[in-house]
Amino acid sequence: MLEVRDLHKAFGGFAAVGGVSLTVAAGRVTAIIGPNGAGKTTLFNLITGHVRPDAGRVLFEGRDITGLAPHDVCRLGMGRSFQRTNIFPRLTVFQNVQAAFISHRHRGRDLFTPVDRLYQDETRALLDSLGLLDRSGEMSGFLSHGAQKQLELGIALASEPRLLLLDEPTAGMSAVETRDTIRLISRIAGERGLTLLFTEHDMDVVFSIAQWITVLHQGHVIAGGTPAEVRRDPEVRRVYLGDRR
Amino acid sequence: MPDPSFVFAQSLSGLTAAMFLFLIASGLSLIFGVLRVLNFAHGTFYMLGAYSAYQLVQWLGPGPGRFWIAALGAALAIAVLGGLVERLLFRHLYGKEELYQLLFTYALVLILSDVAKIVWGTQQKSVSRPPELTGSLSLFGAIVPHYNLLILLLGPSIALAFWFVLQKTRAGRVIRAAALDRETLGALGVNVDRLYTLVFMLGSFLGGLGGALIAPMRATVPGMDTEIIVEAFVVVVIGGLGSFWGTFLGALIYGQVLSFGILFFPRFSIFAVFALMAAVLIVRPWGLLGRPLQ
Amino acid sequence: MRAGLGDLVPMTPMTALARWAPAVALAAAFCVPALGSRFYTFVANDVVIWALFATSLNLLVGYTGLVSFGHAAYFGIGAYTTGLLMKKAGVSFLLAFPAAGGLAGAFALVFGFFCVRLTRIYFAMLTLAFAQIVWAICFKWNEVTGGEQGMPEIPYPDFGWLERLGAAVPAVAGWRTAEYYYFLTLVLVALCLWVLRRIVGSPFGRILTTIRENPERAEFIGVNVRRYELAAFVLAGVFAGLAGGLFGIFNRGVFPDFAYWTKSSEVLIMTLLGGMGTFFGPGIGALALILLNQQIVSYTEYWPLVLGTILVVLLFGFPGGLAGAAIALWQRARRRLRGA
Repeated sequence: MLEVRDLHKAFGGFAAVGGVSLTVAAGRVTAIIGPNGAGKTTLFNLITGHVRPDAGRVLFEGRDITGLAPHDVCRLGMGRSFQRTNIFPRLTVFQNVQAAFISHRHRGRDLFTPVDRLYQDETRALLDSLGLLDRSGEMSGFLSHGAQKQLELGIALASEPRLLLLDEPTAGMSAVETRDTIRLISRIAGERGLTLLFTEHDMDVVFSIAQWITVLHQGHVIAGGTPAEVRRDPEVRRVYLGDRR
Repeated sequence: MPDPSFVFAQSLSGLTAAMFLFLIASGLSLIFGVLRVLNFAHGTFYMLGAYSAYQLVQWLGPGPGRFWIAALGAALAIAVLGGLVERLLFRHLYGKEELYQLLFTYALVLILSDVAKIVWGTQQKSVSRPPELTGSLSLFGAIVPHYNLLILLLGPSIALAFWFVLQKTRAGRVIRAAALDRETLGALGVNVDRLYTLVFMLGSFLGGLGGALIAPMRATVPGMDTEIIVEAFVVVVIGGLGSFWGTFLGALIYGQVLSFGILFFPRFSIFAVFALMAAVLIVRPWGLLGRPLQ
Repeated sequence: MRAGLGDLVPMTPMTALARWAPAVALAAAFCVPALGSRFYTFVANDVVIWALFATSLNLLVGYTGLVSFGHAAYFGIGAYTTGLLMKKAGVSFLLAFPAAGGLAGAFALVFGFFCVRLTRIYFAMLTLAFAQIVWAICFKWNEVTGGEQGMPEIPYPDFGWLERLGAAVPAVAGWRTAEYYYFLTLVLVALCLWVLRRIVGSPFGRILTTIRENPERAEFIGVNVRRYELAAFVLAGVFAGLAGGLFGIFNRGVFPDFAYWTKSSEVLIMTLLGGMGTFFGPGIGALALILLNQQIVSYTEYWPLVLGTILVVLLFGFPGGLAGAAIALWQRARRRLRGA
């Protein structure tokens, strides 16, 4: 579904991503792990077009998307959540998701229809599945951190992606919130047949839901495989798991 | 082909204008570099510098060296004013959006220019040149007043002194670090509050000094503030907001474009200046010698 | 430049008050000439035109989150367009008025194309640079624009048809030309505001607010941010041009300072004073500022001092502007009533 070939990106001489290749198979839940500064977020930004690679290619469903602008990448069927929560804080919860529907369905060029009538049912249904329906009138910036993360997921889902990239979906959450979020993500991915690619620092989360794990260290892939394989990998144990667990 | 001595005189007058602008614009650029805000009131500080110099000259009376005391005193007074404004008011807007900061500095323009009108009236004030520099000099057939020549030399010397401070002292290193990355400064144990006040004072000092030094060359009148601030914007934008040598280069370019523009296309020299500013912003928004903001 | 959370008032859902207020305001505005004072009509006409100008700017600042420091350029272009067409080419107002919007929009398209590529302070600086270019041209191109002296004696539109209509409908008869022009301005501005209101309440308007809130996220719901910003820039330019076209005639002359940067900051202050978070805020700001100006200048010549002080108070005390403060007050009163 997604293929990254020998991607390079340096910032001022520092190689944030130095020749990363990986494949995300359709329908599989793939995790990217690695210590802080391993290049996970940069890799995401390279895939979604927020940062241009110095070299290498990104292929999405067989199509070369290297260097496409983020809004074009999004339109091809890739959704994304950000590490720092990324919502529209002074719009209501409802408006946040509705806006994503408007954009995805090419209604943004409409200058005259009253917006309030559009995509009522779709937005409500999506908010319902996220458990946010009863808060739809609230100003989203005032929601709790966990609820904002859920809303962000809703915004991403409104674009009806086939591949969903989640950057640290449980960052800053309590244990309970983390558990609920992971359940929610797994359920929705299952229902919608989504392919998931995520980064995560919480190893319990990673090993509980990932079907495939790629390990990044100092901008390089040092291992990739099923959770069991990665757990056994001596290199991974040395540079990463060893000093942490 | 115009007469070479005329061309020389023209470029010299452009250079003099440039050195003035550099003095003023470097203060603006410094404040932007560290505080990340464009200070519209900088032009007003410049105007107040000119008025203060006039006032001090009046009080001190004529005599050798008096003008220089007045100029320095005026610049110091403006520095104190800048410090007070930063401490008492501007400080509270740091967390807010940039538009509010910009509009606050514009409010200062409105208030302070009227205060100047109340104190000094609308009649133009003039300061005579310091007695030791009333003469002039003939250079390649062009008549150059001593005072202009001094300004020509003073600009680069202040620039060099300034550059030296930035490069060689601890305060300078802190300021440069602040311009690059303000977040880590607090972590390094630098008193950011005090640094901001200091930088605001230093920037205001340069603006006030520019005003004081121009008082003997141009009339001091209301409205000189809104005129100069746009010119200073052009200079710092061309050279690069927050870049010291960029401001120097920007001032040189501005001075030459304006003085030769007036020579060859008298009608469109102002146009050329703003067109240049727009062109630089389009091609290199961070200016000729500036660095892109993160 | 982006606003932080809590700096602006949230957009409130339309209350009954908000729904009827515009109609009431329009009806009241129509009655102003009946008060019989030329001066009141003059002030009202000024307010109405500036309300359109400020509202057009708010499409950029309040809805898209783009701070333009050169919006006066489009106002000036509009004013010179109708002025030149009507005075020098003898073109009728019916054509000259839309031409003002068209030409201002065309310039906004060209300038905006470059501006939306920049962010934050650089965007503001480039809008300023373009506006100063427009100003410099108006200031120096004597043959066409009249240069520094400007272009006095712009003719009023032909109101002969209204006078003939007055023979049949008595209510129409008996007004002076300035009053006819006021009615015309009122109708046209009301129309423009209605269109703008539809635009901000449309799906397009909603997408603009997502750009204001978070351009990075907006891109990743598939919004081509630059293109939408450009569209907003052009629309804002068109309506500023229309306001300028009306103003030149009202002012009986067109002058280069229409496009000078201090005009841009004036309209920005109006927008802020009224409240950027609301549709009618800028119009209220125009009303408040112009009325206040009329009051103050009869006491003192130091209007800028007063304006600057108001601005400081606003920035520190009421960042939501008058409309924001009124909404907060209204909500508090309602809560108290419900509580009692």
